[in-house]
Amino acid sequence: MKKMILTVDDSRTMREMLKATLLSAGYEVLQAEDGVHGLEVLAGSNPDVILTDINMPRMDGFGFIEGVRKDQRYRSVPILVLTTEGEPEKKDRARRAGATGWIVKPFDPEKLINAIRRLAA
Amino acid sequence: MDTMAAIKQTFFQECEEQLIELESGLLALDGGTSEPDTINAVFRAVHSIKGGAGAFGLEQLVRFAHTYETSLDLVRSGKIAASRSILKTMLTAADTLADLVRSAREDVKADDGEITRMVQQLESACGLGGAHEAPVAAAAAEPDLDFTPIQVSLDDLFGGAGDAKQSYRVRFEPKTGFYSRANEPLVLLREMARLGETQVTCDLAKLPTLAELDPEGAYLAWDVVLETDASESAIRDIFEFVEFDCDISVEKIEGESAFDDDAFARLLSLASSDTQAALPEPVEPVMQKIAAEVQSRNEEAAARKAESAKGFNTAGATIRVDLDRVERLIDLVGELVINQAMLSQRVAEARIARSSALAMGLDDLEQLSREIQDSVMAIRAQPVKPIFQRMSRVVREAADMTGKSVMLQCDGEATEVDKTVIERLTDPLTHMIRNAIDHGIEKPEARLAAGKPETGHIRLAAMHRSGRVVIEISDDGGGINRERVKSAAIAKGLIDPDAQMSDEDIDNLIFLPGFSTASTVADMSGRGVGMDVVKRSIQALGGRITISSTPGKGSAFVMSLPLTLAVLDGMIVSVAEETLIVPLTAIVETLKPSMSDIFHMGGDSRVIRIRDSFVPLIDIGHVLGYRQEMADPSNCVIVLIDLEGQARRALLVDAIQGQRQVVIKSLEANYRRVDGIAAATILGDGRVALILDVDAVVENADGKSNPPSPDPAPLQLEIVE
Amino acid sequence: MTEKLESSSTRELIAFRIDGREFCVDIMQVRDIRGWTPATPLPHSPAYVRGVINLRGAVLPVIDMATRLGFKPTEPTVRHVIMVTQVENQIIGLLVDAVSDILTVTEAEIQPTPDVASELAKTFVRGVLAIDGRMISMIALDHVLPAHESLAA
Repeated sequence: MKKMILTVDDSRTMREMLKATLLSAGYEVLQAEDGVHGLEVLAGSNPDVILTDINMPRMDGFGFIEGVRKDQRYRSVPILVLTTEGEPEKKDRARRAGATGWIVKPFDPEKLINAIRRLAA
Repeated sequence: MDTMAAIKQTFFQECEEQLIELESGLLALDGGTSEPDTINAVFRAVHSIKGGAGAFGLEQLVRFAHTYETSLDLVRSGKIAASRSILKTMLTAADTLADLVRSAREDVKADDGEITRMVQQLESACGLGGAHEAPVAAAAAEPDLDFTPIQVSLDDLFGGAGDAKQSYRVRFEPKTGFYSRANEPLVLLREMARLGETQVTCDLAKLPTLAELDPEGAYLAWDVVLETDASESAIRDIFEFVEFDCDISVEKIEGESAFDDDAFARLLSLASSDTQAALPEPVEPVMQKIAAEVQSRNEEAAARKAESAKGFNTAGATIRVDLDRVERLIDLVGELVINQAMLSQRVAEARIARSSALAMGLDDLEQLSREIQDSVMAIRAQPVKPIFQRMSRVVREAADMTGKSVMLQCDGEATEVDKTVIERLTDPLTHMIRNAIDHGIEKPEARLAAGKPETGHIRLAAMHRSGRVVIEISDDGGGINRERVKSAAIAKGLIDPDAQMSDEDIDNLIFLPGFSTASTVADMSGRGVGMDVVKRSIQALGGRITISSTPGKGSAFVMSLPLTLAVLDGMIVSVAEETLIVPLTAIVETLKPSMSDIFHMGGDSRVIRIRDSFVPLIDIGHVLGYRQEMADPSNCVIVLIDLEGQARRALLVDAIQGQRQVVIKSLEANYRRVDGIAAATILGDGRVALILDVDAVVENADGKSNPPSPDPAPLQLEIVE
Repeated sequence: MTEKLESSSTRELIAFRIDGREFCVDIMQVRDIRGWTPATPLPHSPAYVRGVINLRGAVLPVIDMATRLGFKPTEPTVRHVIMVTQVENQIIGLLVDAVSDILTVTEAEIQPTPDVASELAKTFVRGVLAIDGRMISMIALDHVLPAHESLAA
């Protein structure tokens, strides 16, 4: 069965890029536009890995990660943070919220796919 | 189009949206909002553009967006106050960003000097200059560091042909937090197994008793002997995301192979099962506790979901559709409406009773076709907001150029108009706004002297009014200087020096071709365009423009436009055996003339008395060249029409056939523009009928009878009386 | 055209009659051939523009080829035909007396236009064919519509 990846990003460009990259690597893709939407999409699905942006309207990536981790069903879903920001404090905050990994945008497709493979159980 | 090209297109579309978001946010801040969401949205817009630009390697855009983002971050975090002057700089930077996006889209290199200038302006405004050594270089270099993806060749990873295998001893011991971040030792073991042969040993030494066990605690450690031709860094990469959550050691084992018999025996004895067995099994009491917890969380989540669903619904679910598809649909629906009309006509010709099932079924079909058409048109309808927003830049630039202080107020931005109409509004609006600033708004000192606020005020408003969209541009400037306009028109030979003209007539002179008063900034109002061009482009849209002005108080231009360029409500008339459509919006009333109301003015000119006024009579058949002789009004019908500036004309037609909505078909697609004709349509009998361009016909008629004066008719009426 | 004269590649042409003379155009330009339907006259148009007709929802001009080529105007009847042609991006109807033939010719069979031809002929005629003792003029359609300079307004 194909592995399912949920991508959460407010940029349509980024969502499309991620989708193209993930589909070509043989993953199935679910998309959400911000944290709130991400939790909604998550509630009806069972992704193998979640990719999320940090800076988003309505609910940012930190809030989203916390939201995911609060839900017992999704405690063990790896979350990869994908963001343009690389400051250590932000990384640390994401880790504390429960993020599994961190990739700086723009991403190298090969690196991203490697990272997802490394995370997907 | 390949995927990347398609995504790039998406990126530029998104940039346009972000730029609008950015500008409206900044304007809202300038207007005094203190909503934290606003500055966040502004920041995010630039952030998003930078992110996408990085992905496509648009260096100039990344470089500028980076400084811009940094500056905005200072405002967002409250390190610098969102003062008027800061916001002004931010708005100018938004314009620069928009220019850079455009350059990137057109694949043109932007002027580096321009970027550097704006970067420096931002830095000095935000006090960034000193903080950064060589800020431009830093801004450019940082994305490079962060963004340049490292191309990892699989050959490097998994070893070229000549590489000998090497054994490593890897130990990793997860710490608290490892599992709560959804890390999974099995996955790490699997990844190591991808690199080569592994011997895995699970160290259970720290495993507590069941009672003390925290299901998310970390108690186990793994020892792995890995024989691989991959490099040590490839092994460490596996632990990239867990380096803080476990103790990791990777060491080379010297010697040919670590797979000695001893180790192998140990491995066998360890477990006659796979690595799965080395993991703790779910624990009963803990699971119950978790179940209870899950229950309560689920309830919370359900409540939260219901709440967020509300927010989601208000945003409205949308899909994106290729415009070609929509246009194809609109065309097809147009055909449907024409076909249905043809059918109705055939049925009417067959003298089938209106009460028959067939006729009633057709009525329903007509109703349905109408509704389908309206719904399809609505797909292409868009709010005027984007174009209004573009005007705020026009205002800023024009104000800067003229040294005036101007504030733009936009109302009715949500008013929706067909996309094709919106697209063709930018140029006329831009020109009128520039004109209002250049000619309308006074210099600050003049305003103060006149007892007005220093800052001029321009209002741009849109609204729907009786099936049309009305756009109004008003300013609180000096109003039209009628003396100057009149003398300029006389000097240019546009009017007779002795002409007696009402204020309104004088105001309307500015729409005459060839009229253009001196401009303070030569290239600004102008760019070689006058108000006549504005008027013509509005007319080409099937719209009309009127002006009203009060000296010392300001001027207002009002445009009335069709909601769509696809259909039009028209009156079907017969003229010299031809069938014509007169747009309903122009028509005031129709009437049967009495000969005693018609007066000859000499030559071909005639007027008709309608109640207390005399209105010039235009024989449509004659003007369009359908007949040589002037029609006899006693056998005709008068269609009274309204022109801009309240001028009226009486169009002479042979008969009125009825009213209906017609589908507009371009004459230009397969032929060209025809003077006096706005477009064509297809009638119920399948024949083409022409749609009258009322303004052009009036212009032609006026031109024939009274060349020098634009609108002399009302003046002559008094002589008749 | 001259450089193509040596070529032996063949072309298909549609021949039609106007006022007893024969002309032809490249078959690739012809989209449809239909019977005459009355056209809606366009004001301020040259005499050779008969007006516009509806062809499956599109509005296209109909050119009276007789008038256009300098012969006496056609008085169309139900037997006349409209050749629907594509000229660049536009669809144009040509009113002719009848379509007479489909010809397959080699480039070598197309002879240069004789020098005696009138100005009007030079504008439209791109070569002549001698087929069974008949002379058929091959015409180009680029200039069939009114010239664009009159568009200036």
